[in-house]
Parts: sequence; structure tokens; C-alpha cells
Amino acid sequence: MLKGVLPLLSMLIWCLGAGSAAAIDVKAAVLRVDYPTLLPISRYDLKADDLGFAGAALADEDNGTTGSFLGHTYETTTVAAAPEDADAAMDKLLADGIRLIVVLAAGEDLLRLTDKAADQGALVFNAGAADLPLRDAECRVNMLHTAPSHAMKADAVAQFAIWKKWDDWVLIGGSNPADMALTEAYRRAANKFGATLVSELTFEDTGGARRTDSGHVLVQRQLPLFMQEADDHDVVIAADETDYFARFLPYHLWSPRAVMGSGGLRPVTFHGAHEAWGATQYQTRFEELSGRYAKPEDYNVWLALRVVGEAVTRANTAEPDGVRDYALSKAFELAAFKGQKVTFRDWNGQLRQPILLYDGSITVSVSPQEGFLHQTSPLDTLGLDRPESKCTAFN
Amino acid sequence: MKSLFFSTFLAVLLAGPGLAGKAFVSNERGNTITVLDTESWEVIAEFPGGNRPRGITASPDGTKLYVCASDDNIVRVFDTETYEELPSLPSGPDPELFIIEPSGKRLYIANEDDNLVTVTDTETRTILAEVPVGVEPEGMGMSPDAKWVVNTSETTNMAHFISTEDYKIKHNVLVDQRPRYAQYTADGSRLFVTSEIGGTVSVMDIAEDGAPTVVGKISFEVPGVLPEWLQPVGAKVTSDGKRLFVALGPANRVAVVDAQSLEVLDYILVGQRVWQLDFTPDEKYLLTTNGNSNDVTVIDVASEKAVRSVQVGQQPWGVVTIE
Repeated sequence: MLKGVLPLLSMLIWCLGAGSAAAIDVKAAVLRVDYPTLLPISRYDLKADDLGFAGAALADEDNGTTGSFLGHTYETTTVAAAPEDADAAMDKLLADGIRLIVVLAAGEDLLRLTDKAADQGALVFNAGAADLPLRDAECRVNMLHTAPSHAMKADAVAQFAIWKKWDDWVLIGGSNPADMALTEAYRRAANKFGATLVSELTFEDTGGARRTDSGHVLVQRQLPLFMQEADDHDVVIAADETDYFARFLPYHLWSPRAVMGSGGLRPVTFHGAHEAWGATQYQTRFEELSGRYAKPEDYNVWLALRVVGEAVTRANTAEPDGVRDYALSKAFELAAFKGQKVTFRDWNGQLRQPILLYDGSITVSVSPQEGFLHQTSPLDTLGLDRPESKCTAFN
Repeated sequence: MKSLFFSTFLAVLLAGPGLAGKAFVSNERGNTITVLDTESWEVIAEFPGGNRPRGITASPDGTKLYVCASDDNIVRVFDTETYEELPSLPSGPDPELFIIEPSGKRLYIANEDDNLVTVTDTETRTILAEVPVGVEPEGMGMSPDAKWVVNTSETTNMAHFISTEDYKIKHNVLVDQRPRYAQYTADGSRLFVTSEIGGTVSVMDIAEDGAPTVVGKISFEVPGVLPEWLQPVGAKVTSDGKRLFVALGPANRVAVVDAQSLEVLDYILVGQRVWQLDFTPDEKYLLTTNGNSNDVTVIDVASEKAVRSVQVGQQPWGVVTIE
């Protein structure tokens, strides 16, 4: 009896062994929607043609090296589309059988594209949109976010200000809807961490070009006057999602104060000079591949595809549901050059991650700051927390 | 009379500076090497170590010091008596950690930027081979019989078992996130691989033919320390195979582990951001490099207590001792 069982058992074990080493060809895509915009205030913020796509190329290379030991291959298609062509581009990717899609698009478009992907059982990674509702009432079961929310970034700034004991803030918001959403995130952050908004100012967007030849002459005369009315404060927080005034604030205030938020010290997921925790190696690999410095979009796309890579490597699946389930499971963890593992909030699909505070040339600090505690993870002191969330798609 | 004179002379010689061991500490930020006397624990010298010195080891006869000068893309070589710099060794780009074989001939170097392990001949100062491995190779371990080199790749998260005969990878073992260091027991029957971000140590039993089987995983827990900061980096095991010491990075502690049952027995408080470890040759002391407090902690191995701390250069990274 036993004799008969043994060969069968060894056969089964052999099959299992072979199964775990089975070849998987992973096909993914990056869909980037390019919006018509004015030129940025700083030339350093000009958008590269391969923005985000270069992050995908690096992820394919990194995943592919690991895959070469396991029989897995990775191929990521990249598509840039005008807003009016975005839906057709998504349809085409789905028709090509791609079910793992990283999207760089504004919130409203992202939601529509995600729902389209859901009809075909595809999983979407949000690598760009910071809107809080996408993680809240508008969350989607097939959407994971590697991009941090406005709330996470605002909390990162707030924690640093509190750590510095800069409790009295002047909050300057832009007048566009996106600026107002960001302003609200800073209001929430002030309330959450006990800062006082001594003044709230709105900087009207009157249109026109964002910079002109020798425009600094007027900026230097006008901005101090704008700031003159603000009550005594420790720090100026700027909420300028559309990028038309915050970069002009440092050094042009009425009083000698620091600027944080959209100008001065900015919260970012990544920047091209970040070197801590082995990030230098990410930078050198990225620069060799793309010939430029890495931007947050590149890093967010890279993260999304590394999540896919981890699921393939450790859970042997490239199916949308398999990747999603693994990413949301307790087993998932990913090293991301930020000094601790990054994981997903399994109640809204947001990647928990430290936020870098960047002055335009170096990492000045990293939030969460020392002393901010949370019962689940210190990373959950940044952004929307489970009890506040109106997201039900993950229940 | 003559013989008495002679033996006295000999005794003086033996008791002289030749007997006291030395520890060499690479200071990553200071770009220097600090030399400690392992009897008095005094700093006896500090000399330039090249740009961003990290990995550090000595030739088996103790005469030469090898330093990974990461930003110079070479291995710098120094005389351990005179501290004079000797001709450098080619290493491939960005060398971080390496291991020397017991004969002293071949040095196996992890090149973080190029996904390679470079094999360098220390006598002819030439590169013998380049072995493609996973993304961001870091930790380097060697089996006591010198037949295997184990490299860990930080982003691929594998331990790659490279045969030193043909420089081919024969086994790949997935471990937790960001593996940092690989350490065999002296009898070669067990291998420990630390995972910094995963927060664990993977334990493998090694068969006669060198094949690894994962048999366990060590986790850490310290009351009052956030689990995120328990980041295993350097590791050393006593030659009797009984105790494993693991540096826990920003947790500022060295874990003491029963290397057989894999139970964590104790945590020794050391300096800040404890990184690499090395025993003194007699295994009486274990030295730790503490990158954020710029010191070395001396641990008494028998009592498993920290007995001393010695200020060294800026951001000490690695340490090696000689007799």
C-alpha cells in the first residue's frame, strides 16, 4: 500500500516544485495622460518625455534580473495620451490583454479609466493623483495607490513643523480648485497635530505666464506687501497645487520665516538627490538608463511595478486578483529606499510610506517624525486613518 | 648566563607590541581608518582610508589590510604594521563588501551598482571573473572549505550560491527584504542571512554538497523599540556554533541568539546605528561599529555584556581584527 503511495507522493512533490518555478511572462502597462499646462515656474520642473516611463524601464530591469533566476520575464508597455484620447488608449491596452496598468492621470480621469479597467478584471495602480477622495468615498476595489495623498504629504510637513515647535502657521492657498483641496489638507493637518492657523491668505490666480524675464524685480516688491498683514507666525505653509506662486515665497516674505508645503521645504515621495538607505544605487541605475534625474512619478511607477514583481516572485502570480490579494496580505513587504518596509493599507489600497522633505537639493528630513506614534504603524500617522475612512470597497 | 639573557630577551619580545592585537575600523564619512589596540582599547593610529571606506578585511596572515573605498571604485591595500598604502586592487565599480578566501589569494567583491560579484586576484592584482547576480549585491559569505561564496542581493532579495570552482551560481534562495550579510558557521553546516528591512535572519542548513535548505527564520522583539527599527545588518557566529550575534542597526542593540535552537536570548545595548561586527581572534571580545554615535562597543563574549565603548572616526562602518 505504502509502496504505491510513495511514487505518487514524490510525483506530487515534483509537480509542486516545478509549479513554483513555472515560467511567467508578466505583461503590464503605464498609461500617462498629458494635460495642456503652462510652463512651470522653474525650468527644473519641465516634464521629460519619458516621465514615469523611465521608472517603468528601471522596474522591468530590476524585476527582470530577479526573474532571470526564476524563469520570469517582465515587459511593460508605455502609452502617453491626450485627455480626449485616454479612454481609447485604455481600451487598446485592455484589448491587448494587459491587466496590470499603472496610470498617471488626474483624479476624475483616473476614476473613469479605473472603472473601465474593472469591467475587464484589470488592476490599476495610481502613480500620480494625490486627491483624498480617491482613498476615501471614491475608492475602488481594483485601484491601489503608490502615489501618496495630499493628506499624507500635508501631515508630513505638519509633523516636521511641530517637531520644530513652529506651531503658529500662516496658510496661503491658491485660488484654483486643486489648490483649495490642498489647502484643506493643510487645514486638517494643522488641526490633527495641534498647530494654530494665525492667518489664512488666498493668493489669487490672475492668469498669465508664470514667469517673465526679470520678473523677480516685481516679485521682490510685491510679495512683502502681500505678507505684511499676516499676524505673528513661525512658518508659512503654501498650498499651490497648480504651481503659480509658492516657489516665489522663500526670501520674499515680510518677516524672516521658513516656507514649507508647495514652496521651500516640499513633501515628496522621491527626488533625484535622495541618497539615504541605499537610494544612491537607485539613482545611478536610473540615470544610466534615462540620462536624467528621477522624479516622483518615475519612483511611483517603479514602486507599482515592483509590487507586481514581488507578487510574481513570492506568490507566483501575475493575475490581477492574485497581485492585489498578495499586495494587501500580511505577507507583503517591499524595500523602497526609505529605511523601512512599505506596505498597503488593506482598507483603502494606499501604500504606507515615509515622505521625504526636500528643499530642492537635498533630503532635509523624513516624516513620520520621531515621537508620532500609532497603534498599527508610525506610517499611519500620515494621511487618512482607518476610522476616518469612508472607503467601503475593501470591506 | 648567555641563555638566560636570551630567554629574557625573548620574553620581552613576546610581551611587546607584537602580542597586542589590533582592530581596524573603517570610518565611512571620515574617510579614515582608526586603529585600536585590542588589549588597552586605546586608539593607536588613524590614517586616510580612501573615499568612503566601508567593507574592511585583512589577509589571513594579518599583514595586509583591504578596504573597499566605495567612491574610488577600488580596493585600497595597507600594511597593517606601518599603515603605508600599498598598490590598490581593481574591484569593479562601487565596492561595498567583500570576502577573502582562507588562502588569501582571491577576493570576492560585491559591486552594488552593476549587479556583479567581482573576483580579484590579490597577487597579480587582476580581475579573474565577474559573476552576474541579483540587483544590488551586498553581503558576501564564504563556506569554510572555500568552495562556496554566498552573495546577497538587496533588491532581488536572494542569497546566490556561487561555486568558487567555475564562478557559476548553483543555488538561489529567496529571503526577506534587503538581505545584508551572510555568515556560515565554522563547520559549514549552517548559514545565516540577515534581512535589514524584512527584520529577520533566514537560517539555512547546508548539505555535504553545499545545497541549502531553509530551516527557520529568526525575528526580534524589544519592548519600547518600534519593530520598524529592528533591522538586522552584520552578524557573527562563535566558532563552536553556539551563539549568533546580530547587529540590529537603528535599534542600537546586538541580539544574542542560540544558534542551534534559534531562540533570541538577549539584547545588548550598544552605540547608535550598530552596523558590522567582528570577534577578536581569540573570540574573547566582539566589536561593533556604531555609525551614528561614532564609536565602537566592546562586548565580552563569555558574559555577553558590553564592557566598553571607544570613540573612533566619523560614521564607523566596518571592523576587522588581527592578532
